[in-house]
Amino acid sequence: MSGNEAMAEAAIRAGCYFYAGYPITPQNEIPTYMARRMKEEKRVFIQAESELSAINMVFGAAATGTRALTSSSSPGISLKQEGISYLAGAELPAVIINVMRGGPGLGNIASAQSDYFQSTRGGGHGDYFTPVLAPWSVPEGARLVMLAFDLADYYRTPVLILADAIIGQMMEPLIMPLRSEFKKKLPAKPWALTGAKERGQNIAKSFFLKEGALEMHNQKLGNKWKDLRNNEQRFSSYKTDDAKYLIIAYGSEARIAWEAVDILREQKIKAGLFRPISLWPYPEAGLQKCAKNIKKIFVVEQSLGQMLDDVKLALPGKEVKFLGKTGGGIPSVSEIIKFVKSTT
Amino acid sequence: MKSKFTRPVSLRDAATHYCSGCGHGILHRLVAEVIDELGLFEKTIGVAPVGCAVVAYDYWDFDCAEAAHGRALAVATGIKRCRPESVVFTYQGDGDLVSIGMGETFHTANRGENLTCIFVNNACYGMTGGQMAPTTLTGQITITTPWGRSPKAGEGWPIKFSEILASLSGVNFAARAAVSSPKEIIKARSYIKKAFTNQLENKGFSIVEVLSPCPTVWQKKPIEAMKWIDEEMVKTFPLGVIKDK
Repeated sequence: MSGNEAMAEAAIRAGCYFYAGYPITPQNEIPTYMARRMKEEKRVFIQAESELSAINMVFGAAATGTRALTSSSSPGISLKQEGISYLAGAELPAVIINVMRGGPGLGNIASAQSDYFQSTRGGGHGDYFTPVLAPWSVPEGARLVMLAFDLADYYRTPVLILADAIIGQMMEPLIMPLRSEFKKKLPAKPWALTGAKERGQNIAKSFFLKEGALEMHNQKLGNKWKDLRNNEQRFSSYKTDDAKYLIIAYGSEARIAWEAVDILREQKIKAGLFRPISLWPYPEAGLQKCAKNIKKIFVVEQSLGQMLDDVKLALPGKEVKFLGKTGGGIPSVSEIIKFVKSTT
Repeated sequence: MKSKFTRPVSLRDAATHYCSGCGHGILHRLVAEVIDELGLFEKTIGVAPVGCAVVAYDYWDFDCAEAAHGRALAVATGIKRCRPESVVFTYQGDGDLVSIGMGETFHTANRGENLTCIFVNNACYGMTGGQMAPTTLTGQITITTPWGRSPKAGEGWPIKFSEILASLSGVNFAARAAVSSPKEIIKARSYIKKAFTNQLENKGFSIVEVLSPCPTVWQKKPIEAMKWIDEEMVKTFPLGVIKDK
């Protein structure tokens, strides 16, 4: 199965009842898969007239307490930012998949990791964050989509899956997970718009005009971001226990760096890999622990350096080297090896 | 003593934030009356726009969502598809529905979504202080057309969007009314009732456009504003049923 199809199927198995999207490469396999499967499951699939419309349809669906999904790729995600900001403001749970391609502008359709800033810094207008999960394989794409729906419901927030074109297009065998790894009990949705029957009025809104009302609301959101920072940092590490040189990468680039670590080890260079899975909240605590006895840090990205900022923030005073390629360029295994060796 | 004229259950006892002579109060009431009459209070989900009516949910007592500017019908689509058993309507102004939300409006209508759309046309942007709207009449003065809207100056013509929507197969009912006199208000009420009844009968998309006064932006006294609807606006936006499939 391709990463795109695996993420779509995982959404269905997670109980996603509503999907709306607009075509854009390299994520077209998601709406294509959903068009057929959602119909089979007697759920809702809508090919919207634009990304704006799709994300706002998701807003409506989410407001009824329904699990809802939209997907797109970088330029389309820029258009969805308005709606994502409204979802965050109205505290509506939804999942948004971004299968990243090159930018800025129309860019190209090759793999890229250049939407890191947009994804991890809110993205739309206003004072908010969204949890961001970045898979490095097809099976993990499926697992993280399931987790994303639970995180969304638990914290009442839109959650982003940040995949890159390689993850979306790549095919791998997988066993579809039966349920999410999220262990906490999910709350009921008394806030959902279901008609004011035997209860007062419910409103899904992000407008707080009265003096002090928005400040109070944003403070409440602020507590939520704090909870997420404290409880939902995710990462994985490889051969970091005795490592002297730490490579940090996520998504498909981490997959490439993983191979580089093994080759470096064969050459008696003690390299290890730290791979953030949640890009927001950034797994600072895990990184600090892994980086304790490290001599040098190497950040590798399919961008001109975006996650690099979070590494520097997490590891003040540490020497951090950067290798990045942009616009479809992908730092290769041999380039990573050369990069690490040139500075050791 | 028996009271003959009471507040609808769907309408709250609240102080209005609308300007004196504004049409929203009448129209909020008409929607509330129809929802009461059809016994839909517990089934209704309204979608409020961006504009003066953004806080319509402070006056209505049933469930409501608030949509981003222009996106009300996309939000309504999401709600209705997930809850076909609910009665879902949008309440949108001319800037929301015809300008920034034209794409959403047109395509929702074209999909024949089983929704009710109340379209408030006051030929201006009220909340932002009186700019030109897509429905501003030619020659009408606004703060962004200080010499009057001029097609020659590249400011375009007023868009008759209900007529355009009526040409789509997905649209079941389109009508234009006004809240300028008791006679027209009664007609507006009957169109609104029809637009809700259609939804109950799964007939698809229904739109009721209502010409509504904005004395503040028009710089007219409330009664003069009503007169301006009857004498000027209706020339560009003729009243009556446009389509009834």
